[in-house]
Amino acid sequence: MKNIIDLQGVSLKINDQSILKHISFKVNSGDFLTITGPSGSGKSTVLKLIAGLISRTSGDIKFENQSIDGYDPIDYRRDVSYCFQTPVLFGETVKDNLEFPYVIRKKTFDEAHAIAELESVGLPSHYLSKSINELSGGEKQRVALIRNLIFLPKVLLLDEITSALDSESKKIIHTLINHLNDSNKITILAVTHDDNEIQMADQLINIENGQMMEVTHE
Amino acid sequence: MNNLAVNNLSLVFAFSLVVVSLGIVYKEKLGLEKDIIYSVIRAIIQLVIVGYILKYVFNINNIILTLVMMFIVFFNASYSAYKKSAGIPHSFQISFIAIFCSTSVTLGLLLLAGTLKFIPSQIIPITGMIASNSMVAIGLCYRNLNSNFRDQRQQILEKLALGADLKQASYPIIRESIKTGMSPTIDSAKTVGIVSLPGMMSGLIFAGVDPVFAIKYQIMVTFMLLSATSISSITVCYLSYKQFFNDKKQLR
Repeated sequence: MKNIIDLQGVSLKINDQSILKHISFKVNSGDFLTITGPSGSGKSTVLKLIAGLISRTSGDIKFENQSIDGYDPIDYRRDVSYCFQTPVLFGETVKDNLEFPYVIRKKTFDEAHAIAELESVGLPSHYLSKSINELSGGEKQRVALIRNLIFLPKVLLLDEITSALDSESKKIIHTLINHLNDSNKITILAVTHDDNEIQMADQLINIENGQMMEVTHE
Repeated sequence: MNNLAVNNLSLVFAFSLVVVSLGIVYKEKLGLEKDIIYSVIRAIIQLVIVGYILKYVFNINNIILTLVMMFIVFFNASYSAYKKSAGIPHSFQISFIAIFCSTSVTLGLLLLAGTLKFIPSQIIPITGMIASNSMVAIGLCYRNLNSNFRDQRQQILEKLALGADLKQASYPIIRESIKTGMSPTIDSAKTVGIVSLPGMMSGLIFAGVDPVFAIKYQIMVTFMLLSATSISSITVCYLSYKQFFNDKKQLR
C-alpha cells in the first residue's frame, strides 16, 4: 500500500516556544490512524499542520509523495479535510451548511445527496430546513461532519470530534467513520481519547509534550 | 455676505464654548483636558494656514496647483484612514487607492455633468468633502474587518478547511464591512433637512443664498457622498481582506 501522508521531522515553534519536535510518521492510503496523548501535548496541532491551516517551522509534510507546499492550498484542503472539535455552523439553516461545499466548487446543490448524507448520520430529511440554533451539540457535530463529506476527501482529519458527544451521537459517528474507512477507503487520522476509535485504528501514535512517544501498528 | 458677522472678537467670545466643554470634562474627571486643548489649538492653526493657502490658490487659479492641493487632501485623508487600520498590512496604499477612486469617479461625473467647474474654489472644497467622508467610511470598514476577522476566526478556519478560497471564506465579513462603511451616509441622507442642515447648505444660507437654491447643492452633495462612500468602502474591503491571510492562504 502506498503512503498518502508522510511527516518527516516536523517541528513547530511559536514565539521561540517549541510546540512540536521532530514528528515523523507515515500513513498508508486507506489506513486509520489515531493520535493520543494528554491535553496540550500538540495532537490537534499535528492535524492542523497536515490540513495546511498552519505552517511548520521545519521538516516536511508529503501528500501522495509530494510536499504539501507544492499543492494549491485550496485544492489540497478539498482532498485533506479537517473536522474541528467544536465546529461552528454557518448561516441560518442546516441547508446553508450542506450547500456550502457546492457553492465553493461552483456546483448546483444536490438536495437528494444532502438528504442522504443527513440520513447517514441519523438525521431525518426535514432537518435540511431546520435552523442551526435548534440543533443539539451532537446534531451540530453530525452536520459539521457530513459538511466535510458532501464531496468525499481522500484524507479525513478528525480532531476529537466525539469528545463532547452523548453515547448515541458517538455510536452514529463511529458507524459512519468505520463505513468511510472500510467501504470508501478514506484514510482517517483521528485525535481521540475514545477507546472505540482507538480500537478501530490500524496505527496508533502517542504524543506527549510535542514529541512522539510511540508508534504502534495493529 | 452682510449676514456673516464672525470677527476676531466674536471668535474670542465663542471660545467660551470650549471652556464649557473643558468644565464638563473636569467635573466628570474624564481626563480629556489635554486632548481638547491640543485639538482646539491644532484646529485653529490648521484652519488659519488653510485659509491663507486657499486664498492664494483661488487667486492664482492654476490647474497644477489645484491638482497638488487635491493630492495633499488625498494623502492626509489616506494617512488618517491608515491610522485606523490597526496594523492591516498595506493599509496606507489601500486607503489612498480607495480615496483616489471614490473622489475621481464622483468628481469626474459631476464635472462631466457640468454641475462643477474645474476651478480651485469648487474642486478643492468638494474634494475635501468627498475625501473626508470616504476617510470616515474607510475607518469604519477597517474597524469592522478587524473585529470580524478576530471574532469569526473559527468560522473562517472551518471554511478554509472545507476548501473555500479566501474570498469565499471572507465574503460575509466583506459584505458586512461594506454595509458598515456606507451606513452613516445612508442614515444622514435619511435625516438631512429634518434633523440637520448640513455644511454646504448651511454655508450657502449663511452667505445669503435662497434656501430653495441651496437645497439643490445639498441634494448634489447627498448623491455625491453616497457614491463616494460606497466606492471607497467596496474598494477598501476588497483590497483589505486578503491582508488577513498569508501567502499559504492561512489565516494570519
